[in-house]
Amino acid sequence: MADHEVVTPVPGTFYRRPDPDSDPFKNEGDTVEAGDTIGVVEIMKNFQQVEAQVGGTLSRFLVETEDFVAAGQPVAVVDDGA
Amino acid sequence: MNRVLVANRGEIAVRIIRAAHDLGLEAVAVYSAADGAAPHVRMADEAVAIGPPPAGKSYLDMSAIVEAARTSGAEGVHPGYGFLAERADFASMVEGAGLRYVGPKPEHIELMGDKARAREAAEAGGVPTIPGSEGAVTDADEAAAVAGKIGYPVALKAAGGGGGRGIRIVHDQAMLHSQYKTAAREAAVAFDDARIYVERFITQARHVEVQVLGDGERTIHLHERECSLQRRRQKVVEESPAPRLAEATRVGLYEAAIALCNEIGYRSAGTVEFLVDASSGEFFFIEMNTRIQVEHPVTEAITGIDLIAEQLRIAAGEPLRLRQEDVAPRGCAIELRINAEDPANNFMPSPGQLHRVVLPAGPWVRVDTWMEPGGEVPPFYDSLLGKVIVWGPDRASALARARRALGELEVESVKTTKPLLAELLRQDWFNAGEFDTGTLERWLEATTNGSAGA
Repeated sequence: MADHEVVTPVPGTFYRRPDPDSDPFKNEGDTVEAGDTIGVVEIMKNFQQVEAQVGGTLSRFLVETEDFVAAGQPVAVVDDGA
Repeated sequence: MNRVLVANRGEIAVRIIRAAHDLGLEAVAVYSAADGAAPHVRMADEAVAIGPPPAGKSYLDMSAIVEAARTSGAEGVHPGYGFLAERADFASMVEGAGLRYVGPKPEHIELMGDKARAREAAEAGGVPTIPGSEGAVTDADEAAAVAGKIGYPVALKAAGGGGGRGIRIVHDQAMLHSQYKTAAREAAVAFDDARIYVERFITQARHVEVQVLGDGERTIHLHERECSLQRRRQKVVEESPAPRLAEATRVGLYEAAIALCNEIGYRSAGTVEFLVDASSGEFFFIEMNTRIQVEHPVTEAITGIDLIAEQLRIAAGEPLRLRQEDVAPRGCAIELRINAEDPANNFMPSPGQLHRVVLPAGPWVRVDTWMEPGGEVPPFYDSLLGKVIVWGPDRASALARARRALGELEVESVKTTKPLLAELLRQDWFNAGEFDTGTLERWLEATTNGSAGA
């Protein structure tokens, strides 16, 4: 098995849900496919999606909702099962 | 009033502090942990830290701001635009604390914040509103009956939509019948509300707004601003006077704006926004902004009137000093908004440290900004870095000066909208004043597709 880090392309405030009333995009243990949104980063009143680059199992989040993230910072780990 | 607290950040905080100092007032700044080194903090006579970087915990924290006003001995609070401007509960809280709110009465903020009530107020003042259904329609037949009365094309609008979302344009009765169910179903999914209302759709609309100033007893207008060049409903360039506007339409807009303000007894600076049908010259009330606006310097440049100083005087209890005949606009002014966004990469926000900043200057060039070399553009707030405002005796000379001033502007290592503005200033349609609210987005789409194929 190989771990892949999901990184945010932009700095800002990280959220695991599209809005406060919705379910999280993904939970730990969920299956993800390449291109799936796993969170959003609020930057200058815009929301940028953070997408998984590879498919597999989302083994864990490295940051929590409302944490500040830097550009290029890993926010989650996906295990591709290989 | 000797001391005023500025409940904002960025270029507008700098602008308000300058107006206060011009009047001999002291200014108190508030700042989040991300803005400790920002110019508005340095320029103020006192600065109060109000919380961590996210706006929800600082610039939107009403109690922290009112408390900062109290402890710093401020007697008034200016909200600027965005953040807590146009929050009636904030205005009430400020006044409830025995402070002067530099803006309208709380009940007018509330009235104009409610679309349906604002429309009723406009109609009561005899101001034309966009013809449409009275509230939501019940089915396609009722929608068709309304459309038959007001004329096609019409927009089927989701009651829960807004900001351009949840709108379908239909061109005739057959199309209305075929689209109605889909529109209602989509509205139910997107907004959890299937209600649809019907409105006349204006194919070629221009966004023209009238600046007003009132003291609660009397209102004057300070002419119009043309703000049709928008991307995702964000204004990009504004100017005054509005090009290619018939004189009768212009006068009609002023009279309508004054009528609305007199109807309610409006206080402070405000803007009445209209859609103008470019083909017929008809105009319709959209909404009223109960605050100072980003583009207010355009009006200041043609009238020589400091709108923020007037707001401060009115808030201090002075009656409006100006008569309508004191407002004598001259020439043409254009404002270019400089945002920290990368137009070459789908307007991706571009925060970070500013290394090189060279600002334009010279005759009839004004730069309202908080940019400076070494400054930090935080990712937490909106992307407006500054505005370049130019004046000329006529539109052609103002356009030439805009090109000259923009050419002098240099900003490095944060991406800005300067290249987009420079390209815009080269377009024949822009120079001819031939555009509507959809032009910029259509042009951007065509340019992007064109360059992708090149």
